[in-house]
Amino acid sequence: MTALWVALIIASVGCYLLKLAGVSLPTSALNQPRVQRVAEFLPLAMLAGLVAVQLVDGGGHYAIDWPTLAGVGAAVVALLLRRGFMVVFFTAITVTALLRLVT
Amino acid sequence: MTSGPLPQRDAILRAAIGIGIYAAAFGAAFGAVSVASGLSMAQTMVLSLVMFSGASQFAFVGIAASAGSPFAAVGPALLLGVRNALYGVPVSEILHPGGWLRLLAAQLVVDETTAMATGQTTVRAKRYAFWATGLVLFALWQLGSLAGAVLGRAIDPAAFGLDAAAPAVFLALLWPRLRSRGAAWVAICGAAVAVLLVPVAPLGVPVIAAAAVAVIAGLLPNQRAGHASKAAES
Repeated sequence: MTALWVALIIASVGCYLLKLAGVSLPTSALNQPRVQRVAEFLPLAMLAGLVAVQLVDGGGHYAIDWPTLAGVGAAVVALLLRRGFMVVFFTAITVTALLRLVT
Repeated sequence: MTSGPLPQRDAILRAAIGIGIYAAAFGAAFGAVSVASGLSMAQTMVLSLVMFSGASQFAFVGIAASAGSPFAAVGPALLLGVRNALYGVPVSEILHPGGWLRLLAAQLVVDETTAMATGQTTVRAKRYAFWATGLVLFALWQLGSLAGAVLGRAIDPAAFGLDAAAPAVFLALLWPRLRSRGAAWVAICGAAVAVLLVPVAPLGVPVIAAAAVAVIAGLLPNQRAGHASKAAES
C-alpha cells in the first residue's frame, strides 16, 4: 500500500470519527460559546490560508502563476457580482485556460 | 398533489434537491481536481465516500499533490473536519440517534444538513430535513465526484484551467461567511500567516498555522465583536 493510500485512509477515517464524536459526546463538552466560535473561525482562517498558499507557493518558495491568479481574480469579480457557484467555477477555469492559450 | 402528514415536506424536498444539484456540481469539480492532482479514481471515490466533507477533501488533494509527503495533508484535512464535530451538538439534540443509526447519521453531519435541520420549526420537520438533505446530498456528491473524475481523466487539466478551480472553489465557500468584520479579519490574518510561512515551513504547515489564528480569535474575550454582530443582525 502506498503512502498516499495510508495518508488518505487516516485522514478519511479521522474525519468520520470527528463527526461521530460530535454526535456521541455529552452536549456540554462542545456547547460552549468559545468552542463554537473557534469552530466557526477554523474554516475561515484555514480556507483563506489555503487559497493564499495555492496562489503564491512554488514548492517552498514564492512563485506566482499569472494565468491561475487571473482566473481566481475573475472568480472574485463573479463573487462580488453575487454569482452562483457554477458561474464562479467556470469563470475561473475559463479565464485561466484562455490566458494559457494565448501566452 | 398530496401535502402528506408533514406540511413542510414539499418545501424541504425542493430545498434538498436544490442543495443536491449544487453538490453534484461541486462534487464534479472535486473529482476533476482530484485526478488532476494525481490521485487515482479509487482514491478520489474513497475520499468522497468516507471523508465526505468538501473543504477537507479539496485541502487533502491540494496538499497531498504538492507536498513532499502525503502525510502533510492529514492535519489540515482533519482540522477542517473539526467543525463537523461541533455540528454534532445541535444535530444530536434533534435526532437523539442510537445504535447503528448514530453511525449512519454521523456521516451525514456536514454544513448543509446542519443548516437545513436547524432551519426548521418543528422537531419532525427538523428530522425530516436532516435525513432528506443528507441522503440526497450524499448520493449526488458521489455521482458528481465520479463524473468529475472520469471527465478529469479524459482532458489535460492545465489546458482547461483546472488548477484555478480549487482556489476559486475555496473562495466561493468562504464568501458567504465573510459578512461580519470579525470573520473577514480572521480570514485575512489566516491568509497572511500562511503566506509568510511558505518559504520557511514544509507544505501543510502554513495552513495548520492559519488555524492558530482561528483558535486565538475564538478564545479572545470578544465582547465588541459580539455586540457588532448583534447590531448587524437587527
